[in-house]
Amino acid sequence: MITLPMVLTLSGILFAISVAGIFVNRKNVILLLMCIELMLLAVNFNFIAFSHFLGDIAGQIFVFFILTVAAAESAIGLAILVVLFRERKSINVEELDTMKG
Amino acid sequence: MFVEILFWIFSSLLVIAGLGVILSRNPVHSALWLVYGFFNSACIWLLLEAEFLAIVLVLVYVGAVMVLFLFVVMMLDIKIELKRGQFVRYALVAALVAGVMLGEIYTVVKVRSLGMTAIAAPVSHPAGYSNTQELAKVLYTDYVYPFELAAVLLLVAIVAAIVLTLRRRAGLTRQNPTEQVAVRAADRLVMVKMEPTRESEEKAP
Amino acid sequence: MNPELLLAIPLLPLGAALIAGLCGRVIGRAGAHTVTILAVGGAMVLSAIVFKQIAFDGVPAYHGVVYTWLVSDGIPMHAGFLVDRLSAMMMLVVTFVSFCVHIYTIGYMADDSGYQRFFSYISLFTFSMLMLVMSDNFLQLFFGWEAVGVVSYLLIGFWYTRPTAIFANLKAFLVNRVGDFGFVLGIAGIVYFTRSLDYAEAFKAAPDIARQTLPMWGGVNAMSFICIGLFIGAMGKSAQMPLHVWLPDSMEGPTPISALIHAATMVTAGIFMVARMSPLFEQSETALEVVLVVGASTAFWMGLLGIVSNDIKRVIAYSTLSQLGYMTVALGASAYSVAIYHLMTHAFFKALLFLAAGSVIIALHHEQDMRKMGGLAKYMKVTAVTCWIGALALIGTPGFAGFYSKDTLIEAVGESAHRHAGSWIHEYAYLAVLLGVFVTAFYTFRMIFMTFHGEERWRTAAAAEHHAHNDHSHDQQGHDTGGRGHGVHEPHESPWVVTLPLVLLAIPSVVIGYLTIGSLFSGWFGGSIVVNEANDVVADLAKEFAGAGAAILHAPLHLPFWLAAGGVFSAWYLYLKNTALPAVIQQRLSFVYRILVNKYYFDWFNENVLAALARIFGKVLWKAGDGALIDGVLVDGSARTIGWFASVIRRVQTGYVYTYAFAMVLGLAAFLYFFVLR
Repeated sequence: MITLPMVLTLSGILFAISVAGIFVNRKNVILLLMCIELMLLAVNFNFIAFSHFLGDIAGQIFVFFILTVAAAESAIGLAILVVLFRERKSINVEELDTMKG
Repeated sequence: MFVEILFWIFSSLLVIAGLGVILSRNPVHSALWLVYGFFNSACIWLLLEAEFLAIVLVLVYVGAVMVLFLFVVMMLDIKIELKRGQFVRYALVAALVAGVMLGEIYTVVKVRSLGMTAIAAPVSHPAGYSNTQELAKVLYTDYVYPFELAAVLLLVAIVAAIVLTLRRRAGLTRQNPTEQVAVRAADRLVMVKMEPTRESEEKAP
Repeated sequence: MNPELLLAIPLLPLGAALIAGLCGRVIGRAGAHTVTILAVGGAMVLSAIVFKQIAFDGVPAYHGVVYTWLVSDGIPMHAGFLVDRLSAMMMLVVTFVSFCVHIYTIGYMADDSGYQRFFSYISLFTFSMLMLVMSDNFLQLFFGWEAVGVVSYLLIGFWYTRPTAIFANLKAFLVNRVGDFGFVLGIAGIVYFTRSLDYAEAFKAAPDIARQTLPMWGGVNAMSFICIGLFIGAMGKSAQMPLHVWLPDSMEGPTPISALIHAATMVTAGIFMVARMSPLFEQSETALEVVLVVGASTAFWMGLLGIVSNDIKRVIAYSTLSQLGYMTVALGASAYSVAIYHLMTHAFFKALLFLAAGSVIIALHHEQDMRKMGGLAKYMKVTAVTCWIGALALIGTPGFAGFYSKDTLIEAVGESAHRHAGSWIHEYAYLAVLLGVFVTAFYTFRMIFMTFHGEERWRTAAAAEHHAHNDHSHDQQGHDTGGRGHGVHEPHESPWVVTLPLVLLAIPSVVIGYLTIGSLFSGWFGGSIVVNEANDVVADLAKEFAGAGAAILHAPLHLPFWLAAGGVFSAWYLYLKNTALPAVIQQRLSFVYRILVNKYYFDWFNENVLAALARIFGKVLWKAGDGALIDGVLVDGSARTIGWFASVIRRVQTGYVYTYAFAMVLGLAAFLYFFVLR
């Protein structure tokens, strides 16, 4: 049967993968956004798991809100991306270094 | 038992999907891998008896957000990187960091979960248990304010996204009702007193 | 004695100095000289009253505090007066000579643009000197000391557009400073032992201090240290060797101040101070011996320099140096009263000589080279006569003032040598003062003969210069400008404002010795000068004193008379009879001559060794210390380090989002580690 640690470990793995993904990706800002989605997914897993195992529905409510926020955030993120592309004609992460110190 | 096997299958597929997201060269492929990952997550959530959220995940996340992603990916002319030169160098450091994080999380889980074996077996719900109804019971009563706030947040997101990407075409004349209403007579009309320039030959009857 | 009266004495000249200095343009020349002369005259009259009270009416010495400035660490610092016979006499001398010089200046500086400034300065000087001599504590003494140094600086560099004048006034001030260093150490010693700046405290504690030693250089006697420190100050102020180098250069200043400051008053401050400190000096034989050696060396060797100088003022300056040496020798022989006595007589005749020289100088249109003078006695009778009187007084002609003071001085030194039989220092001192008589007479009459008698060299010199000379406006006599080709402009006697002070000073130069020598030997100074039994040579002399008149008759029995006569004869022979001889001697003894002309290379040493070392030291500190070390390493270095550090840290800001995200993740991992897993 499914135990709590199993789910939590799974969520942890997902999180680690997405973190690596953020760092590894050099070419694509969209990939960055996708990794963020993945991170949020991992967090959702946590909430669902605890909601299930502790019998508290509040976890699922929270996931509800996370989904909402994630949707909003990805929409705006993509809008920014579009505007960025219009200005720079490129979404190559390596070319976005005007804030270099 | 069966549940467990299913869980293992779905979770391994999920991990593969995650790896696929970050290791793909084609961003469209990455998006599709992510969609696949979401599907697997939805299945796992079903196993964890969060049915509503599983469906919402598919509907909202896959149906809306990922479609949006794909829209953008295909709209922007993204060059597929052909070379993988420096990837290896980054991969090492990334793997290291990820490994460290994973180790930490695992340690936490292992240590903390020792005291939670008592709740390893959740109470099974009776038949006729509607996850949706349970959610709704709480959402519209205890969490109604966050609910409304979430709605406002979505509204703000809509407005923001439109404002950010709105382009005004140059050379297009439009009506601005605010300006039209705010015009004063003095801006448009000037009364000038003038003497007649020529005497009229006929007298008025 | 009325404290108000005493207060008025220094304050009158101060007030006049302020008025003349600050409002000079408003009150004009006449106003400036009137107010200062009235003030100094008033001070003189009041000093005379005080003197009369102390000397003749038997009023006891006044000792009181006028104003308490502050109390620091238990040591009170105040302005106070100690008016006893010593200071009363000094006050009278100072105000009298100052008064004469004030009147003289009206004529001398008549066509100078800084007229009011000059009067302001000499009044200010009078104030400073009075504060010095009337002081009852070391602080006020030091105040007066420094103030006269400052005014001397201002006056030497009065014509400040002349580079030589600026060089001279800086030299005077700096050499004085060196002396002041020792002076301050001496005062510090007094404060260290007595926790007080008052004379009374110091004198009371003198025997105790003499028993103590200071823990440095293997243990030096405290009183010797203090006295030598004080004497170093006197060396600076009274121009003893090796701190004498400033006095000849100080002749750059106008002649009135050479008379006032560098003959009669300021340079005697050192002598006065040592005499005032007689209770202290008597406790230290070492200090007295130092004083003796320094004074004797100055007396003799400086006199020799007067023989080779051609500038009339320089000759008198070296004469002053030599006579100061004499006074110092007397101090060293514990004959303080004789030293002060000689100080007084010297003030009169030396001021007279300077003023007479000034009269000659303006008559010859500021010509100071004696080789261009000669035969002036015919044209400037008053000046010549008064100058002769001054010269006779200086060399110690029997009956004149200098005779009494100088001969008494020489006998005192001889007596001291007798008492300290076997001490080479005392023998050296006695020899120096004896030979000095010959030298003094020689250079003095060399000056007289070259200036007032013999061939009229100014004719030939002036004729040669006249072609280049354009019109030259004269003094208020309204004299016609000498002809361009009309013939040489003949000198004439100076106006009465110049000759009156000469006469006023000539009178005491003649009579004051005769009148006062008796009082000297009957212990006139009383309690103001303290001498130990063992050292009291004046008491011995007093026993042998037979009276002023008898002294004149006995003069030929003593060596100084014949030495002086020999000096006059030699001068007459070399400069009137056989005028070609000096050049021959100069050639034969060219080595000696060169040393004398270079003033024993003291100036060379100071300028090329000491000053050069100081400049090098300053340069090293500047370039290496300040420039390289402080600026380079500390200031610029710290800025550079920060810049370098910033350039390293800057690399964290790559501008790439993934780096930032990575940093966040790293932070998160660390956070997790430290707060969750530990």
